[in-house]
Amino acid sequence: MTTTDSPPAPVAPVRRRRSSGDTERGFSRTFRWITTGAGALILATLAAVALFLIMRAWPAMTASEAELAAAVPRYPDDTSFIAYVGPLVFGTLLAAVLALLLATPVAMGIALFISHYAPRRLAQILGYLVDLLAAIPSVVYGLWGVAVLAPMLSPVWLWLNEWFGWFPLFAGDVSPTARTLATVAVVLAVMILPIITAVSREVFLQTPKLHEEAALALGATRWEMVRTAVLPFGRSGVISAAMLGLGRALGETMAVLMILSPGFLYSFKILQAAQQQTIAAYIALDFPEASGLAVNALIATGLALFVITLAVNMAARAIVARRKEFSGAN
Amino acid sequence: MLPFAGCAAADLPGFGPGDQPSTEPQLAVVGEFHGAGASSQESAMEAWISGFQEQHPDAAISYDPVGSGDGREAFLAGDTAFGASDVALTDDEMVASGPACDGGNAIDLPVYISPIAVAFNLKGVDQLNLSSALIARIFTGKITQWNDPAIAAANPEAKLPALAITPVHRSDDSGTTENFTDYLHATAPKEWPFPPDGLWPTPDGFEAEGTSGVTDTVRSTPGGITYADASRTSDLGNVAIKVGEEYVPFSAEAAAAVVDVSPRIENRYEHDLAFVIDRKIDKPFAYPMVLVSYLMVCSRYEDKAKGNFVKEFVEYVASAEGQQRAAGAAGSAAISSDLEAWIMDAAGAIYLTRDRPDDQADG
Repeated sequence: MTTTDSPPAPVAPVRRRRSSGDTERGFSRTFRWITTGAGALILATLAAVALFLIMRAWPAMTASEAELAAAVPRYPDDTSFIAYVGPLVFGTLLAAVLALLLATPVAMGIALFISHYAPRRLAQILGYLVDLLAAIPSVVYGLWGVAVLAPMLSPVWLWLNEWFGWFPLFAGDVSPTARTLATVAVVLAVMILPIITAVSREVFLQTPKLHEEAALALGATRWEMVRTAVLPFGRSGVISAAMLGLGRALGETMAVLMILSPGFLYSFKILQAAQQQTIAAYIALDFPEASGLAVNALIATGLALFVITLAVNMAARAIVARRKEFSGAN
Repeated sequence: MLPFAGCAAADLPGFGPGDQPSTEPQLAVVGEFHGAGASSQESAMEAWISGFQEQHPDAAISYDPVGSGDGREAFLAGDTAFGASDVALTDDEMVASGPACDGGNAIDLPVYISPIAVAFNLKGVDQLNLSSALIARIFTGKITQWNDPAIAAANPEAKLPALAITPVHRSDDSGTTENFTDYLHATAPKEWPFPPDGLWPTPDGFEAEGTSGVTDTVRSTPGGITYADASRTSDLGNVAIKVGEEYVPFSAEAAAAVVDVSPRIENRYEHDLAFVIDRKIDKPFAYPMVLVSYLMVCSRYEDKAKGNFVKEFVEYVASAEGQQRAAGAAGSAAISSDLEAWIMDAAGAIYLTRDRPDDQADG
């Protein structure tokens, strides 16, 4: 916005060569400081959040088991803090991973269709529609999940349980309300679909035309071309896209809170009620009535979520960085 | 209301001539006043505040639904003009109320009565008779089918389907859960051994968040049953609970009646109306599954503006109009005329200790 104050022409070239000291004059210098400040602000925010979490979580992490059991509702007696957070971490990861397993193949299909199959105009419209999915607020997804999806999925879950009940995920008593982790995973999958699709699409579009044409020239069908040229090129890109989606699924609160009938077990039974709970939904559920040490305990679970999300995003970054070196595209 | 959170109204400038006697009722209510407390009263409080402000356009009132515990704390610290709480102040808290109340004491006034209904979703069945022991066994998963002989025995006329019962309870910490479990524990201690708690005490059953969460779940689940604010379950089947030897369906009058006949907490200050709900009442005109929430005010106020406001506000809240507004907005049951008269007495007894000349505050 500040560029409007000065003629735009000199700014653009200066910005490109900002490292050479000669051209650092007048507003250019100020602008450099502005951008540096903006960059630093991100770091400061991250550090402030981390510091806040650690400071406020500390009393809970150092408190004795008896103190925690007395102060924190739902805190099981005679358990360490790790054992208390454990099921929550488990539930969070399970929900996010299931959502990812559901969303990634679909997202890749959409991305491939848009990048390699659809007519140009349709591709544009589709891409726009997928981006639109990302703009739907999560509370709307929650409402949709509760009012529409859960009743619709209820017979599906019953069927799964009846025929595939031997598989650990589908075992147990099916909840008649369908407010279970399975439904949550479906909603989360829809929520992370746009980001995975958008990133995958960009990656697939970057496949070198020469590779594709070479494959086709050798007599490959379009599927073989996708398999031999596009997918290997885009593999790490898709993985990092999935990681970004995972990050969103891990932290999703409102939809989980509204749909899930929570429990605090290490349970794989995703069709049964009162088995798992995610950290974000747990905090949102208990924070309004919490006070004292209970707040610290909630913040400590938040710290666990922060660490998990950070690790996932760093892993995604690392994969993207590796792709740059080894893809051979450039 | 949040922008005013934590503001103390105490230091507001006074108004009008300072030499009037303090009990003068004609004083206009002017200034900013702040209350905080139970979230259960939030929508009723909003209705009261807007109704009160229609009569007193110069008063600005805010209410912060911080929860009963924090509301009591803020009130005892003198940060708020009034507080609201789902439980009455303890004797210790009463003793500690001196400094905040200018050497007087706090008083608890039950102004908000919210009946809790047990509601279910069964096609063709609008009402069922269930004793608290049966309700407890349903919610603990001991009875799993609607056509269980125990339910059928209490409901010979009803056509009960062979359908699984889906008991749904609140996943969040809630005053409704606390009063519901208190009722079960008091009336059926054998079937419901858990002490009253705002958090659901057993892992049995199905959970949903908030009143809308549980009622919507039951609406979409044939065979579902839950407990919720009675005003929110009118489209579901309702349970008549066993009171004495009879089954009493929920009604606003029966809910208000239980407050009148419940024993007061003893050895309290004058005009304090704290009482223990008699869950085991056997009079069939009463409905003991209610949530009662108190307004906490001081018996004395040093600040005249504040004291005058509280007096008027309490009178408005207890008035027929105030109770009607709350019933419309929050679905509460209007208090009985006896209780109204007691609260009016209490409001009349609030007095303003000092007639401080308004030094320079007039400017």
